[in-house]
Amino acid sequence: MTNYVYPRFDYVRSAEQAAGIVRRHPIVVIGAGPIGLTAALDLAARGQPVIVLDDNDTVSIGSRAVCYAKRPLEIWDRLHCAAPMVARGVSWNVGKVFFRDQLSYQFDLLPETGHQWPAMINLQQYHLEEILVAKCRDNPLIDLRWKHRLISLKQTPDHAELAVETPDGIFTMEAEWVIACDGANSDTRRMVGAEFKGQYFQDRFLIADVVMNADFPTERWFWFDPPFHPGQSVLLHRQSDNIWRIDFQLGWNADPDEEKKPERVIPRIKAMLGDKADFSLEWVSIYQFACRRIDNFRYGRVLFAGDAAHQVSPFGARGANTGVQDIDNLAWKLALVLRGEAGEALLDTYHTERAYAADDNLLNSTRATDFITPKTKVSRYFRDAALELAQHHDFARPLVNSGRLSVPTPYVGSPLNTPDDGALVGDMRPGTNAADAPVTIGGKPGWFLNCLGDGFTVVTFGNPTSKTKLTAGQLEARIICVGRDIEDARGLLAARYGASPGTTYLFRPDQYVAARWREFDEAEIADAVSRATGRPAAHQRELAA
Amino acid sequence: MTLNLAPGIVDPDGFYAELIDSQRDLDEEQALRMNARLILLLANHIGDRAVLTEAIRYARNPAG
Repeated sequence: MTNYVYPRFDYVRSAEQAAGIVRRHPIVVIGAGPIGLTAALDLAARGQPVIVLDDNDTVSIGSRAVCYAKRPLEIWDRLHCAAPMVARGVSWNVGKVFFRDQLSYQFDLLPETGHQWPAMINLQQYHLEEILVAKCRDNPLIDLRWKHRLISLKQTPDHAELAVETPDGIFTMEAEWVIACDGANSDTRRMVGAEFKGQYFQDRFLIADVVMNADFPTERWFWFDPPFHPGQSVLLHRQSDNIWRIDFQLGWNADPDEEKKPERVIPRIKAMLGDKADFSLEWVSIYQFACRRIDNFRYGRVLFAGDAAHQVSPFGARGANTGVQDIDNLAWKLALVLRGEAGEALLDTYHTERAYAADDNLLNSTRATDFITPKTKVSRYFRDAALELAQHHDFARPLVNSGRLSVPTPYVGSPLNTPDDGALVGDMRPGTNAADAPVTIGGKPGWFLNCLGDGFTVVTFGNPTSKTKLTAGQLEARIICVGRDIEDARGLLAARYGASPGTTYLFRPDQYVAARWREFDEAEIADAVSRATGRPAAHQRELAA
Repeated sequence: MTLNLAPGIVDPDGFYAELIDSQRDLDEEQALRMNARLILLLANHIGDRAVLTEAIRYARNPAG
């Protein structure tokens, strides 16, 4: 019983290939997966025309990424995609961890209320991609080109030359900028000669998408050493359409071809669900993984994002979720550079900030993998000790690691941040993604993040200014006064931002805090905007002069 | 805070006997599993990361 019919997207011969004319495009994205499609939508939202090349003509085969976290949902909401994703997917906040036949502990990813988006949704990657493809097709700035395979790439100082193969043969196109979103086995990465190094793991895992009517709650369930799969781990997630995702750890010596066979998979699932369970297999895959990243996210005119730039273990849902945040970081910077409003050096901060985030993800993902798949007998004893103690004592629960679920990495120490004056309280330090909160806009309930626009935004508490915008060099920043433009009826915004009258925040176009102050000061804000776009701030310029 | 390397255990002979006695009827695997639990319990009680790092260092190489 297969529910899902994979769409086929038509190959269309491009006008440039038909005419045999070499055209130069501002942005070419390689790969129409979740990251490439998000790149197209974000850049188009910033007014940039984008061409997306994909060597295939359909969506992801199998459920693959499955879990999408709050921050990517906020990014997709900025691109008007989050609502259909949440409607199509299943939302969850609670995870349970079992050891042998006992519940070890449970956690809640989003214990506080007053957030628009859930901590996580589960949605098959093919559904997610269909939503993104539909949004791209509706956007006249986006040109999706299926059955277009990049076969070589040559760079000059001001563009890249791409040889592209289609059913009509090979043609050449040029791109001012290339965004490589072509996955962990990225050909583009090989073409620029980048290094992709890290740690490989020996364990093999079996993924099964199973169709069944089951009364498990919508929670993440993780088993260490369960009676139905002794010595290994198992992960269960609910997806939409009554499809359940089950991951079985198989160990080092599993034969991938054997283990994929239904006669091997079905008994494993029956052992878990009982003999009477009524289910059918939708998709089965065997995987091994590595934790590694590219040495530089930028190679001249080529920018790497998603799995092409970093590959993590699946524990913690840090793959696609990180990739979407790469694009969130890159799109506004690239748009500013293309408009001549920032220098190319701003793109080097894409590497600085996202390599830092990738390393944080790799660290978390490697630690989770080492907990889940102990490499020695003694490390297994420590793992089991933590699990046994966690059943009875709170103290051991933070040691149990079934995957630390994806949360954004603050860009601590980014050169784009304006350091604090030290007098501010609260967690919203420069380099942190903006916390959401319920607010009232024109008497109607709304959400704070939706108030932040596409550019730089100043949010100030109280009414220290009557202005609605200010200029910083070539850029404009919109000013939102809390109390004038929006109301903080429940006081949650002020609480989350540690704000008192006069407190002023500067948000970047990706909704990250660039700077914050006790008082509203136009010159300081202009300086911070300048710094956040990679230009030396005014007082630094004076020193240099 | 630094790791206390001066004698600090009240009734050292009694503690040592209790530790050995507690594992007398365990086989090697059971004892190793118990040691792992004991280390986690004690580590949590100490809590201080710098002290724990020092303790791991001295445990690995008693000369420090």
